[in-house]
Amino acid sequence: MLHVLIAAATLVCAIQAVRAARLLVSALWLAGASALVALEMYLLGAPEIAVIELSVGAGLVTVLFVFAINLTGEENLDARRMIPRPLAWVLLFGASALLLIFVLPGINQPATGQVYGTFREIFWEDRQLDTLLQILMILAGVLGVLGLLSDQKTDLTPSQKEHRA
Amino acid sequence: MTISIPTTVIIMVLGLIGIGIYALLTTRHLIKVVVALQLLVKGAMLALVLAGRLTGQEDLGQSLAITVIIADTIVAVIGMALAVQVRRVIGTLDLRSLTSLRR
Repeated sequence: MLHVLIAAATLVCAIQAVRAARLLVSALWLAGASALVALEMYLLGAPEIAVIELSVGAGLVTVLFVFAINLTGEENLDARRMIPRPLAWVLLFGASALLLIFVLPGINQPATGQVYGTFREIFWEDRQLDTLLQILMILAGVLGVLGLLSDQKTDLTPSQKEHRA
Repeated sequence: MTISIPTTVIIMVLGLIGIGIYALLTTRHLIKVVVALQLLVKGAMLALVLAGRLTGQEDLGQSLAITVIIADTIVAVIGMALAVQVRRVIGTLDLRSLTSLRR
């Protein structure tokens, strides 16, 4: 029952995050969805991931969103969409159907194969290359934050000036 | 009627991924695109944890989920930085205005 409640609340948060007109409200709904996903992960027996998701997904990313919204300001675009709504629904159902076709047959199969060891062994020994790449990605993220913070005035090309005017 | 835990989580995963894809397809706002990506990735992460639990490889699922969290956060950071710079240079966050090929 608890799982159903969490699932429903998460989906409501997600829909509100997409529907909300104000970006700040959208970011807060996203944080709510993130916290609920973290709770669900905790209940599924993954407490480490739940803690990381709660602190990074609900905390850090929300702060980043608020910071970026503060820098860019709210901007209300008109209601025209990137692609027409019916086409989006068709694509969405197509993607969901493909996902179900690939995922459903495997769900009720019994678990096979050996267990690969503890979390620490897998993370630091079996997947060393991945860990290295993650460190590189974090470096890229730091550079991204520098881009976020840089206050440099950019010289506009004539076409950009024209576009802005 | 009770719904089993895996079924509930799969519905949650499908819902999150569906909402994410729909928002990605329809939204024109650069920051909203990042919100949609976040929702999508949360669904994928939950699916990894569930898959670990179902196959008895919980630690493997968790270590993959950590990678996803890191990649997801970096994507959000870079997306935000991009949005701030785009806003500074072009003056709007509308994705349609970003294309310079269509005039």
